[in-house]
Amino acid sequence: MGKIFRFHKDVDTDQIIASQYLLYPDIEEMKVHTFESLDKTFAERVQPGDFVVADENFGCGSSREQAPSVLKALGVKAVIAKSFARIFYRNAINIGLPVIVCKDLYDHVQDGDEMELDMSAGVAVVDGAEYACTKLPEYMQGILDQGGLIASLNVEADDEKEGVR
Amino acid sequence: MAQTFIEKLIARNIGADSVRAGNIVTVNVDRVMIHDIFIPFAAAKFEEMGFTKLWDPDKVVLINDHLVPASQTDDTRHLRVGNEFAEKYGMTHVHRSDGICHQLMTEAGYVKPGDVVFGTDSHTTTYGCVGAFSTGIGYTEMASILGTGKLWVKVPETIRVKITGKLAPNVTSKDIILTLIGDLGADGATYKALEFVGDTVEDMSIASRMTISNMAIEAGAKCALFKADEKTAEYCQIPLTEKELSLYGDEDASYCQVIEYQAEDFVPVLACPSQVDKIRPAEELQDITIDQVFIGSCTNGRLEDLMAAAQILKGKKVAPFVKLIVTPASRKIYQEAAANGTLQILAEAGAMITHPACGLCCGRAGGILTDGERIVATNNRNFLGRMGTNKVEIYLASPKTAAASAVAGKIVSA
Repeated sequence: MGKIFRFHKDVDTDQIIASQYLLYPDIEEMKVHTFESLDKTFAERVQPGDFVVADENFGCGSSREQAPSVLKALGVKAVIAKSFARIFYRNAINIGLPVIVCKDLYDHVQDGDEMELDMSAGVAVVDGAEYACTKLPEYMQGILDQGGLIASLNVEADDEKEGVR
Repeated sequence: MAQTFIEKLIARNIGADSVRAGNIVTVNVDRVMIHDIFIPFAAAKFEEMGFTKLWDPDKVVLINDHLVPASQTDDTRHLRVGNEFAEKYGMTHVHRSDGICHQLMTEAGYVKPGDVVFGTDSHTTTYGCVGAFSTGIGYTEMASILGTGKLWVKVPETIRVKITGKLAPNVTSKDIILTLIGDLGADGATYKALEFVGDTVEDMSIASRMTISNMAIEAGAKCALFKADEKTAEYCQIPLTEKELSLYGDEDASYCQVIEYQAEDFVPVLACPSQVDKIRPAEELQDITIDQVFIGSCTNGRLEDLMAAAQILKGKKVAPFVKLIVTPASRKIYQEAAANGTLQILAEAGAMITHPACGLCCGRAGGILTDGERIVATNNRNFLGRMGTNKVEIYLASPKTAAASAVAGKIVSA
């Protein structure tokens, strides 16, 4: 079980982690400023295993990989949104942060609700109600399962991938 | 078989007869761009992945622009790490103060029509202005390209945007892309390619097309493509051959959406705080007073933008309480604007002219604002807190609207 932190539509990467913190030498120093412009207490309140739930287009804006990285560093178990911006989505998979599309969840849950997530079954459960999530394409699930792109590259070092898959 | 622009381009890149939207393919990368904000992270990941050499040093470009000139001690650390990485791995394409990455990549000849290019910046979509597939990625993926020269991509669906007719004199390509983002919404083109066609687009300079492809990401687009023509060839300094001319979207290809505009219908518009898709006509915002105006950036810092502003500002003064900051997109543009008298006109009107760099647009330096202040800016983002505090109001506009507003001290259309 983890707690839901609920966010609106079009949460941009500047809101997740602002530009002025991007040059901090490491993610540990950066992560205390996560969502600072939206909720100054988020970084203090979020616990490992909690969830970020959002409306459409989560993570729009810049290519900064620090955006999914600070969420992962704070222990966020997964981000579940109606839809994601594409660079954020790729970055999250590549660093091993599960990003899950669920059209139904956002409109039926409140900030602070407790949620259970079965990633392999693609089901989120809140207050007894089940919400079906869209499963990742196989290729991306593979990267995620291995813990991100670096781990995945090491596993697939000899695997030549050419042409249309 | 009918194909979209991006389907033709990717098929050619991977040596396949055809690909279809939705296919996942591994592309061969023609060029990559890394800028100063992300080079230390990309460098660290590159070594963490166990690579010991770049797949092709000639294809890697490092550009210092977000942190130039340095304003904080962290900035100098990033610049130093960039220098060390370039030296260690034998990179020759390093720009330390020549301008903004998205201007330099085409201006300095690194990107040609049909190329596949990735950059550690979301506005990498810019190079679609010359018919290249280019898009932004994170630094971990960049590190993997640096070692392998390859990246997997999903072939995107395409939204075709057709514009015909002649724009009014006070309307620019900035008003077109802002209007389109308003119509599509900030996620209306997510995962998709935009393809721009029609005689209005054909009549545009490369600089004007660049403004459109630069901002395509603000509707979520993966890329924004313009067919190469004589202007492209001249700009890229290449002959125009069948290779370039054969890259375009077929009329009868499968498009997920077709949007048609009449050029005469466009009016000067602004993106209101703090969403890029919150578009209103300048007419409806006429009483809003402003504290600052920014003309520049990779969106609108080209010679034609500065000249358009100068035409409006010639012989006038900016309102006494307004600070006008002008940032050319590259050193070359700066020199051209100096040579043809544009900078002189802007300076006489009261502009502060800065070195070509990201500066104010990325909110690190060069004119950040504070609570309650309002700015009309020609760059691409008006996100909360982007140019100072969370209580700064950012309105995005064309250089013409921005210049006219600077004189009036409030929002007006040119």
